[in-house]
Amino acid sequence: MDKNTSNIIIQTHNLSIGYQSKKNITCVAENINLSLPKGKLVCVLGKNGIGKSTLLRTLTKVQPKLSGDIILNRRKLETITNTELSKVMSLVLTERIPESNLTVYELITLGRQPYTNWIGNLTNEDNKYIELAIEQTKIKDIIHKKHYELSDGQLQKVMIARALAQNTEIITLDEPTAHLDIHNKIEIFNLLKTLTQKLHKTILISTHEIHLALQLAGELWLMNETEIISGKTEDLIANKSVAKLFSSDLVTFNLKLKQFIIKNDYFRADYD
Amino acid sequence: MNKTKSYKFHFLLLTILSVFFVLLNLSLGSVDIPFKSIIQTLTGNDTAKESWQYIILQYRLPKALTAILVGSGLSICGLLMQTLFRNPLAGPFVLGISSGASLGVAILVLGISAFSGGLVGLTSSNIGLALAASIGALLVLSAVMLAAKKIKNTMSILIIGLMFGSFTAAIISVLAYFSSAEQLQQYVFWTFGSLGNLGWNEILILSVLYLIDMGLLLTIIKPLNSLLLGENYAVSLGVNLKRTRNITLVITGLLTGVITAFSGPIAFIGLAVPHLTKLLIKTSDHKILVPAVIIIGAIVMLISDTIAQLPNSQYTLPINAVTSLFGAPIVIWLLVRKRKISY
Repeated sequence: MDKNTSNIIIQTHNLSIGYQSKKNITCVAENINLSLPKGKLVCVLGKNGIGKSTLLRTLTKVQPKLSGDIILNRRKLETITNTELSKVMSLVLTERIPESNLTVYELITLGRQPYTNWIGNLTNEDNKYIELAIEQTKIKDIIHKKHYELSDGQLQKVMIARALAQNTEIITLDEPTAHLDIHNKIEIFNLLKTLTQKLHKTILISTHEIHLALQLAGELWLMNETEIISGKTEDLIANKSVAKLFSSDLVTFNLKLKQFIIKNDYFRADYD
Repeated sequence: MNKTKSYKFHFLLLTILSVFFVLLNLSLGSVDIPFKSIIQTLTGNDTAKESWQYIILQYRLPKALTAILVGSGLSICGLLMQTLFRNPLAGPFVLGISSGASLGVAILVLGISAFSGGLVGLTSSNIGLALAASIGALLVLSAVMLAAKKIKNTMSILIIGLMFGSFTAAIISVLAYFSSAEQLQQYVFWTFGSLGNLGWNEILILSVLYLIDMGLLLTIIKPLNSLLLGENYAVSLGVNLKRTRNITLVITGLLTGVITAFSGPIAFIGLAVPHLTKLLIKTSDHKILVPAVIIIGAIVMLISDTIAQLPNSQYTLPINAVTSLFGAPIVIWLLVRKRKISY
């Protein structure tokens, strides 16, 4: 854990996450103690169904925590109103947005809602941030299109632009590169990396792109059945935490290539 | 740089059209009144015949005003429902809200008087009808909203709305079975819908409620726009979802209730006008949609009423039949041509 707390923007203490209904509690993960450092790209890695999305949803107040504490900028998350939170944290979710006639430009301007007046009129300052968001995500040529006319890759960039327009310290993205081809995946990851460097955004994403995460993320949160290990990417590679995450009979982690590869002897074993 | 389209031309055209249809609506009817006399009456001058002046001021003008209030009110309810439920099929009729209002009126007209003949006076008072219809509408709407809270799937919510509709229809059938012929007739005539039953007092009540609702509507235009991104995004933009939902509930319940009470359960308008508007003005921005839906709703209702009067004859068709008879095919045609609906 980082001892220098002034660099920490979100911290959790003994956090339990999961789902609560009237009759039963389904705990997905417990005893979570994590800190999110300022200005870094942090990737949450883990198998399907391990609770990456639940963790992200809990940290962003989309769903309530079960127990423990989430501290955002030295304040407990539950004491922060939605209006205040909307100026600190923006989201890019996996859910598709409902059908409508929204254009890309209108969609991005909605990101300014926390700052606009009661009817939502844009000021010069609002326009400045909208321009910046369009410029950073390089989507100037598609701002007049309807959102349903976009490809998945374009739409994801637009959703990131909307989050940027919201001008928040933290941007949280849930699997931003799912359904994208390799070219778009790299483009999105690069964009996120650039945003941390140029605009000093703190970006937290959940992803299955281990390959890209290992190359571009400053810090990793590795989720497995029993615990969440966090640390600098190179440290986690060196101490074999990454290697343990997915290793099975099927795959092994290659330190030199920084990626998981299929064990050759796995298939050979069948023929023996 | 102009990035959001300006719809000044559209609004200018719509305003001219609405003025035209108001005048057309005023000049057609069972009695032939020259256009000159209508203008004279409207501007407060004397006309050739006093009876013409009376017809215009006491019958045609209130009816035209009612058409405007009813048309725009129901259309706004439809727009709100469609955005809130994120479903193009939503509307006061589909969600059972109009049926709720009908149930309120049916209980008052068929039920109470069936038990005690002494209360007949209450049933003929329009205030009583308005109250009963509003309560019925709000009750069904609350039930649908409660269900919507538990069930995230919007299709299921619509089915629940339709079920509430059938349920209320069944209760009304039972009530109808046990009521007298006159009561039944009174109720059936009410279901035909009519814009001409309102005097100036009723219009005043309707207008006051309408203005209150429009005031409330102004406060939720911004959250309605963020709801275009879905509920989770809306909350992440600082929207108070509960407040927005409740205000929408109150606006829709009150407007549908009062309108249904005074003019009968008018189908089609609430569902169709938002779609017509979005075909003409391709935006989802509620700052533009709300005024456009208000004007187009008023125009559609004025046209329907003009057709219902069967110009130069003494017959008046039930307005409810006209809106559906002429409106439904138009909407089907438009949608088939466009092949795409959005909300």
